[in-house]
Amino acid sequence: MVPLSWYLIFSAALFSIGLFGALSRRNLVAILLGIELMLNSVNVNLVAFWRYGDVTNITGQVFTIIVFAVAAAEVAVGLALVISVYRKRNTVIADEIDMLKF
Amino acid sequence: MFTSISFASILPEILILIVGMLVLIIEPFWKEEKRRNVGWLTAGGLFAAMLISFLAGQPGAPTSALGGMIRFDWLGFFFKMLFMFAGAATALLMMDHEQLGKRGEAYLLLLASLIGMNLMAVSSDLIMLFLAIETASIPLYALAGFMLGDDKSTEAGFKYLLFGILTTTIMLYGFSLVFGFSGTTDIYQLAEMFRVGAIAPLAAFGILALILVGIGFKVAFVPFHFWAPDVYEGSPTPVAGFLSTASKAAGYAVLLRLFFIAFPEPSLSASWTTTLAIIAAISMIVGNLLALPQTNIKRLLAYSSIAHTGYTLIGVVALTQLGAASVVFYLAAYILTNLLAFGIAMAFSKATGLENIQDYAGMSRRSPWLGLMMLTAFLSLTGMPPFGGFVAKVVVFAAGIQAGYVWLVVLGVITSVIGAYYYLNALKFVYLYRMPNQDEENHPIPLSRPYAIALVALTLGVILIGTIFAPWFNWSDAGALNLF
Repeated sequence: MVPLSWYLIFSAALFSIGLFGALSRRNLVAILLGIELMLNSVNVNLVAFWRYGDVTNITGQVFTIIVFAVAAAEVAVGLALVISVYRKRNTVIADEIDMLKF
Repeated sequence: MFTSISFASILPEILILIVGMLVLIIEPFWKEEKRRNVGWLTAGGLFAAMLISFLAGQPGAPTSALGGMIRFDWLGFFFKMLFMFAGAATALLMMDHEQLGKRGEAYLLLLASLIGMNLMAVSSDLIMLFLAIETASIPLYALAGFMLGDDKSTEAGFKYLLFGILTTTIMLYGFSLVFGFSGTTDIYQLAEMFRVGAIAPLAAFGILALILVGIGFKVAFVPFHFWAPDVYEGSPTPVAGFLSTASKAAGYAVLLRLFFIAFPEPSLSASWTTTLAIIAAISMIVGNLLALPQTNIKRLLAYSSIAHTGYTLIGVVALTQLGAASVVFYLAAYILTNLLAFGIAMAFSKATGLENIQDYAGMSRRSPWLGLMMLTAFLSLTGMPPFGGFVAKVVVFAAGIQAGYVWLVVLGVITSVIGAYYYLNALKFVYLYRMPNQDEENHPIPLSRPYAIALVALTLGVILIGTIFAPWFNWSDAGALNLF
């Protein structure tokens, strides 16, 4: 069996890639995609910890399903806001959305 | 098992849900011009819900309810009452907003967010906590970007969403590691797991740092404060007021319960209290210094709210019962004061369409009562007696001194003095300056009934909490007792 640490390293890598994407991409949709990657790394973590821990305790699985549901809700609101920004400004590039600043 | 205890533990949320459904059902039957009455329905419903929960849903000894998902105690109850009061005041302030006032869904989003905040204050399980935080946040993202025709509002909504989901996801990664290392998501069992010392201190500190990112976004302390000024400026003013008060207090409710219950071990708490002490110091300095050059009243209040986060954190850092009580008391005073300040900004921009501090010139002659309320709000934010902000600062600083953080308290006093400059500067325009043509009597500021009710109630609250502070402090203390 694959040791637990491999899953954790995989999820940490996924999390880092997602974080890098969210912080470095300029396209709003791509930023949302990066955040999705981070949420998926959380799911990998939770399922791996459940599988290698007490299998009869389904807390990890319940947590994962709730993360799915909430991630879907977040992205639904996120894409709706992207559309409202696009309609107003005709752009989805983060650098060009700069009305509010110090 | 669904017993009377589990019913009482979520009674406020059930009542808010009923108010929300009433809003949904009744709103379509009202004609367009009558639709702002939804605000009366929301505010009245929330007050009824507060009254019913106060009469029928008071907690006794702390108990777990609903399968260990919820902790039913005074701390959560006190926070719930604060959130519902803030929600009712916000609903009244929303009524005369052009784009929000006649839209039933705006009130519904407010109520949905309130349910989430109420649950944040009582969650005793990480899964429930995550769900509650998202229930509170997602409606607020939509509310911040609610004015679709407004460039600033759509941008504010999107910025708030991006910061929010990014930081919440980082916190969630921390939660997943906590679950992995301890095998449980119950906050009250976590303490036991961490006490055993199964986790290396450095790893535990890393996990706590991840969780602090998410909470830091909610309460807007310094490395995670960038969203606050932009979002407050862009979003509709009543929503900005709600964000800076109830949403921030909900973050503190989580911070208190999670960190005081689950990670109070000296080996562990030394690291996170030191981190939070440094963050508190930087928040006070950065918030107050960046507020100095601001010209927009909402941005000024945003930076001042970052500074106030720093003051509140002193109570958390103390990690004593007095510290927890002082945090709760500070938040009660701060919610009233800041809602009042945002309400005045709202009333003023409703009448004049202006948001800059220079535009407030001659306001005391245009509307003496509004000027007096602004005096109350800003002096309370400064920390002057006999207003709520003074007593709140005293108890927070007392908690800091008691726990040995003298340097932090000295810094807090110094930065309060810096804060007095920009608060009094705004009052200078209100009281000493005059309008360019000196014809203030021709430019009155009319106050509609919902504004008058909300602003008078908040002003009386600020004065009451600053003069008769013993009952409020006793309630805060009773809540803080539940953490130890």
